[in-house]
Amino acid sequence: MSVDEAVVVAAEGAPDPAGVHAGVQRKPVKTHQGLATLVIVVMSILWALPVLGFFITSLRSKAAADDTGWWTVFVHPSLTFSNYINVLFHGGANIQGGGLFPYAMNSLAIAIPATIIPIIVASMAAYSLSWVRFKSADTVYFIIFGLQVVPLQMSLVPLLQLYSHGAHIGGFPIFPNLNLHGSIAEVWISHTMFSMPLAVFLLYNFIAQLPNELIEAARVDGAGYLYIYRRVVMPLSLPAIASFAIFQFLWVWNDLLIGLTFSAKSASAQPITVQLQQLSGTFGSHLDLLTAGGFVTIIIPMIVFFSLQRYFVRGLLAGSVKG
Amino acid sequence: MHLLTTSLDKLLSVIEAVGGFVAILAFLFWVAGKVRGRFEKPLANVLLLGPAVILLLIGLVIPAIRTIFLSFRGQYAIGPNVKYVGFANYKWAFTDPHTLHTLLRTAEWLVIVPVVSTVMGMIFSILVDRMRFQVIAKSLIFMPTAISFVGASLIWQYVYQYRSPGLPQIGLLSEVVMKLGWSHPPNWLLSSPLNTFLLMVILVWIETGFAMVILGAAIRSVPDDVIEAARVDGAKGWRLFRSVQLPMISTTVTVVLITIMTATLKIFDIVYTITGGDFKTDTLSNEMYTQIFESFNTGRGSALAVILFMAVVPLVTVSIFRLRRERYA
Repeated sequence: MSVDEAVVVAAEGAPDPAGVHAGVQRKPVKTHQGLATLVIVVMSILWALPVLGFFITSLRSKAAADDTGWWTVFVHPSLTFSNYINVLFHGGANIQGGGLFPYAMNSLAIAIPATIIPIIVASMAAYSLSWVRFKSADTVYFIIFGLQVVPLQMSLVPLLQLYSHGAHIGGFPIFPNLNLHGSIAEVWISHTMFSMPLAVFLLYNFIAQLPNELIEAARVDGAGYLYIYRRVVMPLSLPAIASFAIFQFLWVWNDLLIGLTFSAKSASAQPITVQLQQLSGTFGSHLDLLTAGGFVTIIIPMIVFFSLQRYFVRGLLAGSVKG
Repeated sequence: MHLLTTSLDKLLSVIEAVGGFVAILAFLFWVAGKVRGRFEKPLANVLLLGPAVILLLIGLVIPAIRTIFLSFRGQYAIGPNVKYVGFANYKWAFTDPHTLHTLLRTAEWLVIVPVVSTVMGMIFSILVDRMRFQVIAKSLIFMPTAISFVGASLIWQYVYQYRSPGLPQIGLLSEVVMKLGWSHPPNWLLSSPLNTFLLMVILVWIETGFAMVILGAAIRSVPDDVIEAARVDGAKGWRLFRSVQLPMISTTVTVVLITIMTATLKIFDIVYTITGGDFKTDTLSNEMYTQIFESFNTGRGSALAVILFMAVVPLVTVSIFRLRRERYA
């Protein structure tokens, strides 16, 4: 399904697990059509050109990339794949250790738990607030929802301190020093915590609208609350979970600030974005490595994005239009 | 070989983390599943809601409160040399020339990027609607949304690359303006105030696709018969858009504007990667990072974080109330 249809589906609001709505038929409008097409074509090219140039440079030799613009490749074509091998497995320039490959693995090792665990925790919370319910469930939901206003910048210093020293009140430890400082766990746990308000909010919107009959019927049949969560709510929520999962995976994979803050001191836990940022300090002298490395970080979100576009767009819409 | 084993280690640690979490949860569910009667519901609620509440308390609520306290302390806000300085850090933020300019520059970002992105997104979504091959055009314009800010920064840093005019150019921007007859273009990223606008272009490039998709969905959700009725009444083109479509999607426009504003306010990656805040391009979020992690002035950094928070609150509140009003109207 294209962006277009996905948007129509999402714009109709209610959960649509099968995603089967057809695109709305529109009458074409003739006025200024030629001009409109021209504007769009020019803008699309302008939008794509920087990425194209970057990609082409990643396939050129160091000497060629340093001395001539990437557009000259159309006149003197000569392409190589060696930059990718170099940047991934040999390194050089500012890259600590032997290339970016281990950092790409770090990014995965951060992004996978930071996607799966928030989904589980947030869907449990959303189910509790919408279906199991208790006296002040609405208030709790509203508070969690409201926590979206707290920028993660507010948390960095105290959290960093907590990771490295634990927490004490008057010398009495109330939270142990977990020795997490500088580990991958520290980065993904932080991502998990920061994702909570948005995750609970998005999944609540969906889970609260599940058909009442299904859950009532399961209750009547004698199913416990926790059983219903596993066997009814989780499977039915998959479309919303997919949207959030893509959104969260891209967010974590693309993040710089959290990675930089919580893994700055130990390279063994750094995501690829942090290394890439350090590489940018050598701009000009290592264009070959920089463009290839840059493209490696771009390609994963691109694949996720183009293959799962419809869920991604739906997630975006759920977050900002459907409040 | 070394590479392979460390990578396997990493993946193993992922399986451990996720698997361990799921196993503990499954065990708790199994135990709690045995409980029936009047304790079943409270126990289920504690188990379901507990993890989220704990994560929120440890990760957001307590740290945010603590940051507010830290912002009233001096440089060494943590440790044996703690000194309370009252509002001195806030006074510094609004009087120190560098920081004051940083705040004003952030305000510039806050106005220009959201407005330009939203207007361009709106134009695209209207124009592209009438076009063949619109899927390709939309995907190209939407693509930057998936690229990391670091990746986008590198891509554009390459576009802005400067070489002295005698040499063959490698930066696209220099090449284009020189072909157009500007024989001595400036060193783009070092010339203030131009460099700030060049950095804004990057964020506009990223956010326009987002605005296009959301606004496009809203425009399409305006019922066809409303449009038809307006057409019968003689409205078309700009007037149709201005007096029929635009009012009907005004809530979405507000939400898009505010969403982009919030993202702009927190913008860190672009400035940090390209200029590090030098050459008069510093912004609030970058300055906060610099104060905390490079100048090691936790008090001042915390004050800047609180200022950031204060700026986000009204934005998000407006957006929430706009949405609630529409929903329950």
